[in-house]
Amino acid sequence: MKVLVAVKRVIDYNVKIRVKADHSDVDLTNVKMAMNPFCEIAVEEAVRLKEKGVATEVVAVTVGPKAAQEQLRTALALGADRAIHIETDERAESLAVAKLLAKVVEEEQPGLVVLGKQAIDTDNNQTGQMLAALTGLPQGTFASEVEISGDGSDKKLNVTREIDGGLQTIALTLPAIVTTDLRLNEPRYAKLPDIMKAKKKPLDVKTPADYGIEVASKVSLLKVESPAERKGGVKVASVDELIDKLKNEAKVL
Amino acid sequence: MSILVLADLHEGQLAGTTANVVAAAQAIGGDIDVLVAGEGVQAAAESAAKLDAVSKVRVADNAVYAHQLAEPMGALLVELAGDYTHVLASASTTGKNVLPRLAALKDVSQLSDVLGVESADTFLRPIYAGNAIATVKSDDALKVITIRTTGFDAVGASGSAPIEAVDTVVENTQSSFVKEELAKSDRPELGGAKVVISGGRGMGNGENFKLLDGIADKLGAAIGASRAAVDAGFVPNDMQVGQTGKIVAPDLYIAVGISGAIQHLAGMKDSKVIVAINKDDEAPIFQVADYGLVGDLFEILPELESKL
Repeated sequence: MKVLVAVKRVIDYNVKIRVKADHSDVDLTNVKMAMNPFCEIAVEEAVRLKEKGVATEVVAVTVGPKAAQEQLRTALALGADRAIHIETDERAESLAVAKLLAKVVEEEQPGLVVLGKQAIDTDNNQTGQMLAALTGLPQGTFASEVEISGDGSDKKLNVTREIDGGLQTIALTLPAIVTTDLRLNEPRYAKLPDIMKAKKKPLDVKTPADYGIEVASKVSLLKVESPAERKGGVKVASVDELIDKLKNEAKVL
Repeated sequence: MSILVLADLHEGQLAGTTANVVAAAQAIGGDIDVLVAGEGVQAAAESAAKLDAVSKVRVADNAVYAHQLAEPMGALLVELAGDYTHVLASASTTGKNVLPRLAALKDVSQLSDVLGVESADTFLRPIYAGNAIATVKSDDALKVITIRTTGFDAVGASGSAPIEAVDTVVENTQSSFVKEELAKSDRPELGGAKVVISGGRGMGNGENFKLLDGIADKLGAAIGASRAAVDAGFVPNDMQVGQTGKIVAPDLYIAVGISGAIQHLAGMKDSKVIVAINKDDEAPIFQVADYGLVGDLFEILPELESKL
């Protein structure tokens, strides 16, 4: 079966972000960008399914500016077979991305779609669920283990999910949508020869207009601020002093 | 304004976080209905009816809603949402799983992890792992919102709202429940605890987490962990505090052997008082800690336990 994997270009997770002086947004000029860590896990899972002979083809897709092609090339270097870039400079919210991905699902007819559980920039945790709703496919979110069971029409996808109290396993009919949690796998690094080969792999460029989708949303960003700074604390010299401070100064004991 | 709150359940009982979501609904203003959906949830509905400010509790009690699987829950919410201007759920794994389905099916955006209400259409939410706070305004006809429960003080439980049954039964042929492995604990739930003590990679191994037990018992604290400690296999993942785990905001947070990576700070930096115990006096955790103690946790923890 074909596996579709969605990736997002985000600010690198190690970067300490800065809010713009006019509070319009976070400053992204000259900041290191990378593939969203949860998307790396999604690509890794898709590639592993191919190595196991479950997936026949892995297609990577992204929605974003021209520069997002770097992240598609990374996915290709990691083992994806081809890529689709839906190019837009607009701020694409989860709903618009889900609508575009639903069109790609309709066109490509994958047996499985893998996404990260959330992007570390907007921290929304919505796109996979919205895509499942729009395509009418079942969803296995926050997956820490994915396994195909049964044959033919009995074929199911068993997804172990990280839920608040522990773990939950559900069975889904295929095709299905899966979003990855951190413990699903350990993503590999791209090797230099694979990075070179990835440059020759096919990458289709489309626009939201090709799919007849409006990217603009009804949610507007009014202001972005830095969170209240915590005031500098003190170092205490002993356990006795710590307990004394907690009792008499902070009054939390 | 009319608001539907999806109740949080924990092993079939009403979870305390529901009272925080009702508080967020109160900040928006208007009639507040609570939806309790699941199988065998009558007791949970009765608890929900006692929450202050609730107008009505709606109960969908049917096997199809057992374990609150996303597909039937999404379909149920779509059926009910037409009566409301806002649908709220906590940003628990259930709320996060279900609400975006409702939003997409109603063709509206969702606002995730809202921690402040400015008005009925303008909200505050954290972005970039809590390193920035965005003010967002939604012009959608239906506002679908998940609530960061630590941002709102729970409402009281002296009400007596009427309970009414919801007869809507949807079909689900796409997903089924296989099993659940819940971590057993007698301690307070991590998300709602007044005191949290967390261990990191510095704990060395899972066995050493027992050093936290005695202190947690004396303080009535929940025990958490950093992602490093979870990834190293010391403790199960549901103990993880951070951007990808639980978000906590207790009165007192004690970080033991935790360096203080951005990912971890995102989950605890709204705690009232933070204590850091670490042998590396350069560890970033000391920049957010109100009280820092530099030293060997294997000496400090037993001493702390005996002196509390």
